[in-house]
Amino acid sequence: MSAEMHQFQSSFVRALLQGPEPALPWSHQPGFDVYRNTVLRGAIDALAANLPTVHRLLGDDAFDAAAGAFVRAQLPRDGRLVRYGAGLPEFLAASAQLAELDYLPGVAALDLAWIESHLAADAPVLATSDVFALTAEQLLHGCLVPHPSARWLSFPVPAFTIWRHERAGQRLEEPLSWRTESALLTRPEGRVRWRAIDAGEAEFLAACASGRSCDDALESVLAGGSGFDLALSLPRLLQAGAFTRIDSDPS
Amino acid sequence: MTLLGAGLGLKPEHYEEALRCSADAMWFEVHAENYMAVGGPRRTWLEAIRREHPLSLHGVSLSLAGAEPIDARALQALAALVRELQPALVSEHLAWSRFASAYLPDLLPFPRSRAMLALVCAHVAEVQDAIGRPIAIENPSHYLRLEGHDFDEIEFLAAIARRTGCALLLDINNVHVSAVNTGTSAADYVDRFPAELVSEIHLAGHRQDPVHGARLLIDSHDAPVPAVVWGLFDRFVERAGPRPTLIERDAALPAFSVLMQEREAAQRRFAPLEETA
Repeated sequence: MSAEMHQFQSSFVRALLQGPEPALPWSHQPGFDVYRNTVLRGAIDALAANLPTVHRLLGDDAFDAAAGAFVRAQLPRDGRLVRYGAGLPEFLAASAQLAELDYLPGVAALDLAWIESHLAADAPVLATSDVFALTAEQLLHGCLVPHPSARWLSFPVPAFTIWRHERAGQRLEEPLSWRTESALLTRPEGRVRWRAIDAGEAEFLAACASGRSCDDALESVLAGGSGFDLALSLPRLLQAGAFTRIDSDPS
Repeated sequence: MTLLGAGLGLKPEHYEEALRCSADAMWFEVHAENYMAVGGPRRTWLEAIRREHPLSLHGVSLSLAGAEPIDARALQALAALVRELQPALVSEHLAWSRFASAYLPDLLPFPRSRAMLALVCAHVAEVQDAIGRPIAIENPSHYLRLEGHDFDEIEFLAAIARRTGCALLLDINNVHVSAVNTGTSAADYVDRFPAELVSEIHLAGHRQDPVHGARLLIDSHDAPVPAVVWGLFDRFVERAGPRPTLIERDAALPAFSVLMQEREAAQRRFAPLEETA
């Protein structure tokens, strides 16, 4: 690769992000703004498409301001723009202007979880009847494998309630109970669905995802102090389509 | 082999109608990047439509003219998509969009130097090797008058085709937009374009820049194909005969039936060819 073309592309990117320079005559042509606008607008529009709930909650102007700042700080890394925005929840959490909206990073994380669930690999869903056919020993020694489309998240604020209402176009009932929340997103029959789950259920899913046997996962959730009743929670998680199969524990 | 007539860009809003569409010689084009997910309903839809209609995969982010190497993961994902969907056409742009591991969502220009010709040819050959078939390279819209060109765009594209065996995608809206923006003749461009290398044509609408008006056109894909673009299309088809022709609409999306009317206007140019076949 010639140094000349590297230098041209390097100065082009600098002028795109920081503005025209005296030494770059083409950056003063009216058409250069078209490239600047297209790059910035393209990245902001991708964020608006990937985070529709954050967009609706903030409105066009505030969203454009926040997303524009994010684009300048973290350009897309991938032509698959549907994957863009992974750093946005953290970026929003660190924003002084948006500090009052402490639920917004959680809402952003839920929007991103929806996209991940929507795009995840296809796989069979483990049926409740298949699990009920196992002996207690087979179940406890087995490793429940979360479905590729399953995403679970926990929040210190009611981000899921806000997200869920906004997503359904429903008004929030005031006063909102300011409490911790956990959510599960799955994709049974090709459509992303969501439901509130207990903190213990989210921890159980995380333990299963790390490859622990059902027995070990149960033990680690209880040791962490979260209440968890396998007989109550497992049917709920199975019914939501949270698992794809149960492997026998290699140990 | 199925005859490819005029086709439409496929949008999720129109999946149902696209699936049911029974128009003769119909085909659909998608941006490859939007379907590089491993699973999910989007892929299921695309596979269903692929069973009914020929498909074209149009890439926007390979950065063939990028100073950086082609993104290996993106190329692998494209190769997998080509293998699974067996599209009728595969295309990309004569532009760059990656630098320092960042992706800039646009089709950026460059001085068409001898060194760039060698680089673009190497990238095109790498893509064709990875997917196991030739691609078509599209002329992008230009907004700048750059210095340092050793070739004009047609010479450059023809040289790439000669060296790599790739085909060319003639975007007639881009020809018009670029001609207005850089003060050249669109009719001359269309007349000189090497017809024997053209495997696909794109038609779209554009709009005027809100500040500079008619002197600066933007390739916005948010409007019907205007008369001036139809005129250039007819000029090419009269000389070279029809090619698979796509109506592109990426924004301000109208009803499927409205796009089908535009598509029919392009399809009518195929009638004389079919009658003599």
